[in-house]
Amino acid sequence: MTDSKYFTTTKKGEIFELKAELNSDKKEKKKEAVKKVIASMTVGKDVSALFPDVVNCMQTDNLELKKLVYLYLMNYAKSQPDMAIMAVNTFVKDCEDANPLIRALAVRTMGCIRVDKITEYLCEPLRKCLKDEDPYVRKTAAVCVAKLHDINAQLVEDQGFLDTLKDLISDSNPMVVANAVAALSEIAESHPNSNLLDLNPQSINKLLTALNECTEWGQIFILDCLANYTPRDDRESQSICERVTPRLSHANSAVVLSAVKVLMKFMEMLPKDLDYYSTLLKKLAPPLVTLLSAEPELQYVALRNINLIVQKRPEILKHEMKVFFVKYNDPIYVKLEKLDIMIRLASQANIAQVLAELKEYATEVDVDFVRKAVRAIGRCAIKVEQSAERCVSTLLDLIQTKVNYVVQEAIVVIKDIFRKYPNKYESVIATLCENLDSLDEPEARAAMIWIVGEYAERIDNADELLESFLEGFHDESTQVQLQLLTAIVKLFLKKPTETQELVQQVLSLATQDSDNPDLRDRGYIYWRLLSTDPVAAKEVVLAEKPLISEETDLIEPTLLEELICHIGTLASVYHKPPSAFVEGSRGVMHKRLPARTGSGESTESPDVGAAGGSAPEAAPSIIPSQGDLLGDLLNLDMAPPTTSGPPPPSTGMQMGGMDLLGGGLDSLLGGDIGGSPAMGAGFGAAPAVMPASLNAPVGGGLGDLFDLGGVGMPMGAYIPPKIVWLPAMKAKGLEISGTFARRAGVIQMELILTNKAMSVMTDFAIQFNRNSFGLAPAGPLQVLTPLGPNQTIEVSLPLSTVGPVMKMDPLNNLQVAVKNNIDVFYFSCQYPISMLFVEDGKMERQVFLATWKDIPNDNESQFQIKDCHLNSDAASSKLQGSNIFTIAKRTVEGQDMLYMSIKLSNGIWVLAELRVQAGNPNYTISLKCRAPEVSQCVFQCYEAVLKN
Amino acid sequence: MIGGLFIYNHKGEVLTSRVYRDDIGRNAVDAFRVNVIHARQQVRSPVTNIARTSFFHVKRSNIWLAVVTKQNVNAAMVFEFLYKMCDVMASYFGKISEENIKNNFVLIYELLDEILDFGYPQNSETGSLKTFITQQGIKGQHQTKEEQSQITSQVTGQIGWRREGIKYRRNELFLDVLESVNLLMSPQGQVLSAHVSGRVVMKSYLSGMPECKFGMNDKIIIDKAGKGGVTNEAGKSTSGKQSIAIDDCTFNQCVRLSKFDSERSISFIPPDGEYELMRYRTTKDIILPFRVIPLVREVGRTKLEVKVVIKSNFKPSLLAQKIEVRIPTPLNTSGVQVICMKGKAKYKASENAIVWKIKRMAGMKESQISAEIELLPTNDKKKWARPPISMNFEVPFAPSGLKVRYLKVFESKLNYSDHDVIKWVRYIGRSGIYETRC
Repeated sequence: MTDSKYFTTTKKGEIFELKAELNSDKKEKKKEAVKKVIASMTVGKDVSALFPDVVNCMQTDNLELKKLVYLYLMNYAKSQPDMAIMAVNTFVKDCEDANPLIRALAVRTMGCIRVDKITEYLCEPLRKCLKDEDPYVRKTAAVCVAKLHDINAQLVEDQGFLDTLKDLISDSNPMVVANAVAALSEIAESHPNSNLLDLNPQSINKLLTALNECTEWGQIFILDCLANYTPRDDRESQSICERVTPRLSHANSAVVLSAVKVLMKFMEMLPKDLDYYSTLLKKLAPPLVTLLSAEPELQYVALRNINLIVQKRPEILKHEMKVFFVKYNDPIYVKLEKLDIMIRLASQANIAQVLAELKEYATEVDVDFVRKAVRAIGRCAIKVEQSAERCVSTLLDLIQTKVNYVVQEAIVVIKDIFRKYPNKYESVIATLCENLDSLDEPEARAAMIWIVGEYAERIDNADELLESFLEGFHDESTQVQLQLLTAIVKLFLKKPTETQELVQQVLSLATQDSDNPDLRDRGYIYWRLLSTDPVAAKEVVLAEKPLISEETDLIEPTLLEELICHIGTLASVYHKPPSAFVEGSRGVMHKRLPARTGSGESTESPDVGAAGGSAPEAAPSIIPSQGDLLGDLLNLDMAPPTTSGPPPPSTGMQMGGMDLLGGGLDSLLGGDIGGSPAMGAGFGAAPAVMPASLNAPVGGGLGDLFDLGGVGMPMGAYIPPKIVWLPAMKAKGLEISGTFARRAGVIQMELILTNKAMSVMTDFAIQFNRNSFGLAPAGPLQVLTPLGPNQTIEVSLPLSTVGPVMKMDPLNNLQVAVKNNIDVFYFSCQYPISMLFVEDGKMERQVFLATWKDIPNDNESQFQIKDCHLNSDAASSKLQGSNIFTIAKRTVEGQDMLYMSIKLSNGIWVLAELRVQAGNPNYTISLKCRAPEVSQCVFQCYEAVLKN
Repeated sequence: MIGGLFIYNHKGEVLTSRVYRDDIGRNAVDAFRVNVIHARQQVRSPVTNIARTSFFHVKRSNIWLAVVTKQNVNAAMVFEFLYKMCDVMASYFGKISEENIKNNFVLIYELLDEILDFGYPQNSETGSLKTFITQQGIKGQHQTKEEQSQITSQVTGQIGWRREGIKYRRNELFLDVLESVNLLMSPQGQVLSAHVSGRVVMKSYLSGMPECKFGMNDKIIIDKAGKGGVTNEAGKSTSGKQSIAIDDCTFNQCVRLSKFDSERSISFIPPDGEYELMRYRTTKDIILPFRVIPLVREVGRTKLEVKVVIKSNFKPSLLAQKIEVRIPTPLNTSGVQVICMKGKAKYKASENAIVWKIKRMAGMKESQISAEIELLPTNDKKKWARPPISMNFEVPFAPSGLKVRYLKVFESKLNYSDHDVIKWVRYIGRSGIYETRC
């Protein structure tokens, strides 16, 4: 018998036919009909119209048919609550059936029907089933309590089901115990302060007994529940550990990981000098390694968890480096995770092996993996001092391969190595300089420029090198521009005689010709410093930089502790606390590790000692990510924040203007741009400190001090480069190239007309076809003089948005006709939709919230913006220049969420959520709009604006 | 917990969808299709978060199985569950394919109803599921009361994997020690990493509820036993390596883990039929059955000379089978000439490799292949990544050195003893990822 035939009924009148079949007298025909209904339901067709007919089939002694009807009921009862009540009687009757399988089926299904009227009737049968003689019914009823609680929590409490559920923890059947534990844990999560689970040594003992007997899944429920318990003292802790350890040999990886979680947590309480403590540590390594021979998806989960465990207790796996070597056929997600762990485990003892491997990986195919491998070599150099020299020579070998992205990545890490070991490896600079021309990524260019500036005195032609970058100054990214400015100033301070012209050139480029306030501010600061007190300038600009140390990306200790309590779960896979991705009250409780206690003295509340005990033994030293250290502010660039309020100080200003090199560091950093988790860790400040409070006064003061005219001007909107729209070949010698811009609220089409023909052109005119947003010329094309052969003229044509509308494909397509004395020519071009973003597009917060909720989820679309190296503040300010307004910003554990609004000229609102993770160049953007077809265009604008 | 489970075909059409939690809407089905199945670039993680909803997926041939949730679920459990679900489906209707899934959609819904309740995995043992859910519809209406309660007690009981009252005329059991040996070797012949992952698979046809005890040459047990007697040292010196060091092992749920933890003895009541008793991993003193010696020489820009020697390294009386050596070639290969002493070798352009096959090879032998690879000139600056040379084979011994010492069967209620059981033991060593860099 095959069921696939049920999927193939697509003819008209299907519902009608089904209805007839459902009401047929023949059992077989009825069953067939129900199957067809379920098949239609699966593929997403709406078969709710058949509700009464299907429910009629419920009264049957055929179990298969019954199950199918139940499945239908679960799907549609909610949409037809009044009809669903018809089913109640059958349920109640089934709950008393002689067959335990049917009793269980009824109670299981009833719990899945989320209709108030039905739940009222559910209580009595449920109460009976919870005390049923058959364990299969009891275990099903236990889960049903959780279902009912999800529908109507009050009802469950009023009916006393919670107490019955608690009693089931002492049930004789292990599976009933496991399900009761699972149900109670879930209910307890939504009542954070209730004492629902009431774990005490007696109940723990019961759980541990059931642990040995129940199914693999039940073991997981019990272990996950145990992990929430805090033992009273180290003796209890040890005895639980002893009884959990055998689970490490279970074939189910989830059982193993949950056991690891319990052990990692309870170990905290054991005195370190205890023999058992070191035995336990030894026992943990083999099962963790075994997880790596599981299927790739599980390996991934295991590796993400091992990454946490290695940070918390590096000693466990310190001898197991080899198992993390990447296999050629590993999926990419496994490879990248292994690489991460290899670096964490790298030490003097194994560095030779690690380096040999990394070098091997750097020749692989996958670009991301290769980049990470190259970066890893640099991190090894910084982590293991003895290996630095070898790392540098490996990097040089890699540079010789001339593979473009390898070279660029290598240069970025070598810069870090220079900062860690100054005056040691500068001999390689010559090799680096050879590759100057091949660098096309901003990060690599900026790194190279930093190197040239920092070591200007050793590079004979430093001035030539920097000058070569200066030619295309305005095309560079902000990162590179800032770096170039600083580097040239350094060069000038080191070799003042030869480079005066150069420094003047860059200062004027930065201050007079740039729209970027940060660049301008920094330019002015240098300018004034240099002109008022060159000695002070030297002290500031060439000040000794603090060394960088260890690793950049250790997880902040309090977060790490919380994640350890979530081993095995999604939180440990994302490396984010549950509150970052779970909605509502569930899982928002922050878990923490227990405190170490001496035997005998018991802590009253687990929270009292937690703060002290949970502090890491030795706080790992962390490089704050870019921009957190003052040393970085001058030399390593970051894109500083821009808010809509008073102009904030550029980071360079904070430094130059207020001389904060010494003491006041911490206080200022507290108010710094926030957002990076590493910062909180490095300086003990809560990462939630928001910049606004401090920025405003400081920013205001500095704004006055450096009231230099243009500072307050908003950043210009993004204008795409001009491209050729109409080649001369097609238009009898007339070439038109152009772009669109929005200036002071007016949309302009900027055209360059070139006459490549031999005769003079006159009488220009322009017309648009109807288009999606009603763009039309607001006036005639102003070409006043005749255009002679080989002459070029720039014209800008103001546009209005009140022309006739017609939907185009693509949406932003514009068909244009240009006429001159010779002929009429047609071309089509695409305008960036950002031209249509109006200046009053900033929504009120409340309105935003309401609108966001109001727009159906189906209208939401998600996109990824790759390789964007701005931080969230810089991105926000950049976007604002194009009338994309940030309404609110939230920082959740290193991930910045920016909420933005856009208004189009025709009144359409687009809401956006931009997620920026520190250190991750890929942004995620969700767009919500009532007219979802604009989303794609809006996304393209985001990409264009952010990347330019 | 698990909010829902969807099964899609390769086009992203839903074949099965079962939602367990109210927070999962129908749009989740589409979100996964759009963002993962139809994603423009290859998905880079088996866990995806789309608008605060998490998706876990595995692929079986061209079928996608996805679990969706909005909570902080146990991720390892979800994947274990997905694999288990695949196993259960496979044991009911064979290969997981679009056709089979469509043909059995009612059965799958029934299974999903039984295996997951409100997103909590329940009973997933095929043995006990098959007692009341079958492809021919459900058993149940015609069962007696005793049969029904036997089902429920087995499903929820301590020994969920075996039912009472099994009878065989001939009590028989088969033990297979299956090992896969993994190697990563440097071009210079240095072992970068090597490990054996082994499985003990048992097929048991035993009556009643037998109690079994399994023993192997685990170093820890032998050393323990040796402390009591005096034979230890002598035993070691006469027959060389007697015991092996097992790094770690995991057991089927029938094995009493606490007993293993305390006494390191493996005792259990076996499921009926075929199942995997244990898995283990060793890294010390591994017998590497083959050694691969590569020699790659680039002659100018358009030619490559490759010579590969393989040496078998085990007793001459044993025969290795199904030997296959895979030598990768650059993407711009235009032609290959191969000469090999033994077996057959072919250049497979579609796989970018020379595949050299040898049917059988005895121990302590050596064979070699040489090839000339012509290359098309390219202006691609990037060097060829030189993937490692990989090897496949099968040998009739356990590369870890594991030996089964005994498997004792006790059944107190029925009248058969350990001696009446016919036992078979077989060792098979296969290549896992067996690679030599060149």
